[in-house]
Amino acid sequence: MGVMVQSITNLSRSGLADWMVQRFTAVVLAVFTVFIAAFIFLNPDLTYSQWSALFDLTWVKIFTLITVLSVVGHAWVGLWTVATDYIKPAMFRFVFLCVTGITLFVYLIITATALWG
Amino acid sequence: MNRKRPVNLDLMTIKMPLAAYASILHRISGVFLLVGLGYLIWMFTTSLESRQGFDVVRETLNNPIAKFSLWVTLSAVIYHFVAGLKHLIIDLGIGETTEGIKVLSIAVLLIAGLLIVLTGVWLWA
Repeated sequence: MGVMVQSITNLSRSGLADWMVQRFTAVVLAVFTVFIAAFIFLNPDLTYSQWSALFDLTWVKIFTLITVLSVVGHAWVGLWTVATDYIKPAMFRFVFLCVTGITLFVYLIITATALWG
Repeated sequence: MNRKRPVNLDLMTIKMPLAAYASILHRISGVFLLVGLGYLIWMFTTSLESRQGFDVVRETLNNPIAKFSLWVTLSAVIYHFVAGLKHLIIDLGIGETTEGIKVLSIAVLLIAGLLIVLTGVWLWA
């Protein structure tokens, strides 16, 4: 059972592909983090107008969506790895990964709605 | 695997190298961020929703506990970011020796620590 749970829940069914996903999404997350940190840092008295104008730009919307998708992939690979390392009973691991998956899905929907809603 | 192999179960007798602390903190910050992201996404969506939402986030951050929680969350982001950079650097083939990893791990702890302190100063100053 343990082995089955592992093989059916890892993102790409391949360790190498998971590793690639983790690196690629990490770069996206790093670039977005620096971008937002720089924007907030360079606008110390940030107003709503400036803030909403930034996220009215189509490329920023798309960049943000790609970032949230990267969060979903990155967090899934990371938490799957951590879960298979530390949570041995298959049932607990299954529940943990379910909660993780649902949480990430909700984050994606909430953010996408905020960007285009 | 030999199931009769000796196993040391007394964790207190195991001294972890520095790189191990840097690594476990990477994992802890990552797991924590699953929750922390919820806070950041709440701030993001609320602040973007309307002028009132933006002010709600502003006012929320006047609460010391809310501000401290943000600092903790940003600290996890910073640590995870810097520790992740270490992995990307190692993937480029830089520092792929025991000594190299040690130097990189020290750098991760120092740089992340500095950025976390600076973020605190920025938040409360």
